[in-house]
Amino acid sequence: MDNIRTKEHYLAEFKAIEESMNGEASSAFHQLRKNAIDKFDEMGFPTVKHEDWKYTNVNALLKYDFTHGSSIKLTKKEVEQFLIKGLAENLIVFVNGNYSSEHSYIQKQDKGIIIESLKDVLKNNPERVLGHIGKYAGMENGFTALNTAFAKEGTVIIIPDNAEVKSHIHILNITGEAGKHIITQPRNLILTGKNSIVKIIESYHSLSSEENLVNAVSEIVVGENSFVEIYRLQQENSGSFHINRTQAVLGRNSTFTHYSVTLGGGLVRNDTNVLLNDENCTGNLYGLYLTEGNQHVDNHTLIDHAKPHCQSNEMYKGVLNDSSRGVFNGKVFVREDAQKTNAYQSNKAILLANTATIDTKPQLEIYADDVKCSHGAAIGQLDDEAVFYLRSRGIGAEHAKRVLIRAFANDIFETIENETFHEHLNHLVFEKLG
Amino acid sequence: MLTVKDLFVRVESADGGKEILKGINLQVNAGEVHAIMGPNGSGKSTLANVIAGKDGYEITSGEVTLEGMDLLDMNPEERAREGVFLAFQYPVEIPGVSNATFLKTALNEIRKHKGMEELDAMNFLKFMREKMKVVGIDEKLINRPVNQGFSGGEKKRNEIFQLQMLQPKLAVLDETDSGLDIDALKIVSAGVNLFRNKDNAVIVVTHYQRLLNYIVPDFVHVLVDGRIVKSGGKELALELEEKGYDWVTIPETAVATV
Repeated sequence: MDNIRTKEHYLAEFKAIEESMNGEASSAFHQLRKNAIDKFDEMGFPTVKHEDWKYTNVNALLKYDFTHGSSIKLTKKEVEQFLIKGLAENLIVFVNGNYSSEHSYIQKQDKGIIIESLKDVLKNNPERVLGHIGKYAGMENGFTALNTAFAKEGTVIIIPDNAEVKSHIHILNITGEAGKHIITQPRNLILTGKNSIVKIIESYHSLSSEENLVNAVSEIVVGENSFVEIYRLQQENSGSFHINRTQAVLGRNSTFTHYSVTLGGGLVRNDTNVLLNDENCTGNLYGLYLTEGNQHVDNHTLIDHAKPHCQSNEMYKGVLNDSSRGVFNGKVFVREDAQKTNAYQSNKAILLANTATIDTKPQLEIYADDVKCSHGAAIGQLDDEAVFYLRSRGIGAEHAKRVLIRAFANDIFETIENETFHEHLNHLVFEKLG
Repeated sequence: MLTVKDLFVRVESADGGKEILKGINLQVNAGEVHAIMGPNGSGKSTLANVIAGKDGYEITSGEVTLEGMDLLDMNPEERAREGVFLAFQYPVEIPGVSNATFLKTALNEIRKHKGMEELDAMNFLKFMREKMKVVGIDEKLINRPVNQGFSGGEKKRNEIFQLQMLQPKLAVLDETDSGLDIDALKIVSAGVNLFRNKDNAVIVVTHYQRLLNYIVPDFVHVLVDGRIVKSGGKELALELEEKGYDWVTIPETAVATV
């Protein structure tokens, strides 16, 4: 029931937006939106009957009539609390899904580098994104279709050949307004040329205690011999929803490294997909999730080895407390053509309470014969012997547990090259465990 | 220092458990080294674990006090802060936590408890370097995760290094000699001997007499089937080595069959 009612709500909202449009309704980009809303109408929201959504029931979010947020003004201080101390960065701030030029700051970059809001690009140079948006992520479920139908804001990063973005780009998403349930649908596009480098931090925060919904889609094209790194940090309040779809497509000799860190949010579903689309490219997917209360965190990943001589490293680690629930579904697809593939996958989780659960499903589909693939999943509890060892040296029980959990996550931390972010994350983890 | 009075302990298990210690009495004074010897399964490690506060044991009666404080009423970390140290028979590997970080945390927890100022990174490093020299432990091991990938000897040496760092009042060494070759045994023993002074005490739990050539005890107690069946001076260990544990157990059996 909710599924149909909520669907009608978005269809009506789409119609209202369309009617208020002037010339833009006939634009090529709007045609994409129209196709998307039809697709959404056809599919609706996924239910547990869909194999990919078996363990994640989105009914809870269908109960709310989320509204696209108005542009509220934030003070400098309100924004500053979400910044990463010590990180010289380019800052792109979205408040309730709307770009805030007041709080954003982009350093002077080399010629040809574009870091802009999607809204500005659509207004001034829509040809830059046309033909790209929607091409990589597709519309395989209702959420992606809905995002595409309402796509109007997000971050566009375009890097020409032989360019490196100075400092990190921090895309800061702040959502919330007293008395309202806000939906934001960020649509990000990152395109890199040959031999270029960009490092991005994407963080999501709540401003109020109300339940909000973030339905985000990011499409990333990593050009030949280029390097793209993304740290995604989800820190929303415990009642909020976050549905994320990230699709990276890799060119020859390129590297894409993605971190998915989930500390907050009530219901979080991440689909992080990498297509290794040319020879000798590397996809690294790391994930860390710490859950408590009734949090539900679902990480779906797909690493598609389409071409030979590529490698992928995937490591997800979860720590689940109270009645929280985790889902990990990691698919590695090695196509017939993808000889000499090297694919490694691991998912480990610690359950701190008897009432915490995790469903983990590694899926390897291999159609090539000369490949090295390994996967492992391990679920356990904190080692009592280790806890006692620490306590017998004077370290308190709770402190000992925190030390061991942090140690459990250390494999992930060791791979983080950015020291400032490493420190920041370390601090966040201890704070969450505190 | 340590007083154990009429201690009865059961080990908890799914099938109802089993009585392991059946009335232990022990008085260890400052400045003394006591050896507890006994065959496998006699309850030696249980005694060590109960003093340190490990879970899984049920104290059915008796008392254990450290300088008059009721140890049984304290959790393991409180005992450690009051000066109890257990050198583990099987030191635990903790991947992801460096030895140095672990010791700094432990040392500062103990210092905080004593009302002392916490050591900052510089002073800690200075103190640690001194102690490293004493135990002859390699800096490489200090920066590695706790016990991870350490050889048997390195693990035991690390226990003694921790003993030197934390300077407890009472050190309980649980089978510290097991798995050590003679050179490692000498190094570990030297570390313990350097620790000994008139204000602290050591309990050496061991199956073999060998370790007691290097750590010379003031008293030797023989633990058999949960009871101390014989106590004496250091010469008792030699006698045991020569005659075997049957020597202390047989008379009892003989009495029982009369």
